[in-house]
Amino acid sequence: MIAVIDYGVGNVFSLCRSLEAIGQTPVVTGDPDQLRKADKLFLPGVGAFADAAAKLRDTGLDRVIKEEAAKGKPLMGICLGMQLLFEESYEFGQYEGLGLIPGKVIGMEGTIPAELKIPHIGWNRLLFPDRPRHPLLQTVEDGDCVYFVHSFYATDCDEAVIAQAEYGKVLTAAVAKGNVMGCQFHPEKSGTVGLNILRTFCEGTW
Amino acid sequence: MITKRIIPCLDVKDGRVVKGVNFEGLSDVSSPIELAEYYTNSGADELVFYDITASAEGRSLFTDILRQTASRVFIPLTVGGGISTLEDFDRVLKCGADKVSVNSGAIRDPDLIRQAALRYGSQCVVLSADVKRVDGQFRVFARGGRDDTGMEAIAWIKKCVDLGAGEIVVNSIDTDGVKGGFDLEMLSAVCDAVKVPVIASGGAGKKEDFTELFRALPGVDAGLAASVFHFGEIAIPDLKAELRRNGILVR
Repeated sequence: MIAVIDYGVGNVFSLCRSLEAIGQTPVVTGDPDQLRKADKLFLPGVGAFADAAAKLRDTGLDRVIKEEAAKGKPLMGICLGMQLLFEESYEFGQYEGLGLIPGKVIGMEGTIPAELKIPHIGWNRLLFPDRPRHPLLQTVEDGDCVYFVHSFYATDCDEAVIAQAEYGKVLTAAVAKGNVMGCQFHPEKSGTVGLNILRTFCEGTW
Repeated sequence: MITKRIIPCLDVKDGRVVKGVNFEGLSDVSSPIELAEYYTNSGADELVFYDITASAEGRSLFTDILRQTASRVFIPLTVGGGISTLEDFDRVLKCGADKVSVNSGAIRDPDLIRQAALRYGSQCVVLSADVKRVDGQFRVFARGGRDDTGMEAIAWIKKCVDLGAGEIVVNSIDTDGVKGGFDLEMLSAVCDAVKVPVIASGGAGKKEDFTELFRALPGVDAGLAASVFHFGEIAIPDLKAELRRNGILVR
């Protein structure tokens, strides 16, 4: 069973429909028992890092997620959900994340050329670091674009980076460390390219 | 770098696409769901659903259609038409919309933009402005372009961005339906005034109009059109090929 973690942040309608479209039956739940029973977990999220991190802590789901990830359960964070996987974020302050992947989240403001618009919103091409392609992205072809909406990005996480996108500078687009994975872009809004990534995660062995 | 977006707009009334649409391979030419799938498969980067229904019955048909479309089409969906309250935002976002566009509702109550941006984030709030030249000034029109609000358009758009609008659709009433190309002068004035994505609407008649748009105004992020796509005058794959040939980055 695939579980989408419900901690009161964001809209999971599209993620659930896209998982159904690839033959899964996702369960949206914030119940620790259900999450422990699940085969794979999705951590969604939009909005502010501080609010989301606080909600994970207040619901106690931060501990559940860390425990399950430590046991080797595949976990995929999407957008803000990916950013939450990191150690800390500097979004309007300094806040602690789940610490499952080394690195931090910082703002684009002041770190990309001033003429570029923030958020980074729209379809952008995935680029790949100079190492063997990570299996999560095995279906992605050169030149494929995915849909981004974000103003903050993960950095100091070189070892975990499996895809990037260029927007005034090279930004982290996807990360993986063992069974923990994350996409800064929205695979559930990235057409066939995105559905294939979701399918690879759901059907793969990690 | 980010690619330029091509966005077909579907007017929906009582659950059906209003403008006559004729494509080979579509069994039901006025089904918004089939049309949305068709456009998605031909390379549209985003879809706009515009609800022109007046009745409550039509409203619920619309959300039904939206829910079904969002269950089958996995690209960004923007919904507009009759959005006046936070409840309206809530209603369409729950059915799978990614962004909500406000027009007359924001003119009646600009604070709607601030409240919606606060609750759902700026990336979710699109200002759609119908603009027309009056006495040498760009003026904002309300109610589908029928009423002159007397407001200067650039100042209005800036105000909405300050309130939290994360994207602007500029629909030039002057060029709309003329098919002589986008309103470059008006769009240029908007691009100079704001730092959020600008979507050009009104005036597309042929592929070259899009090339001209993105060449002349690198600040424009997307081109939106309705009838030229619906009537098959421009096929999106051809349009993308034309743009690519001209060095404009597209998906």
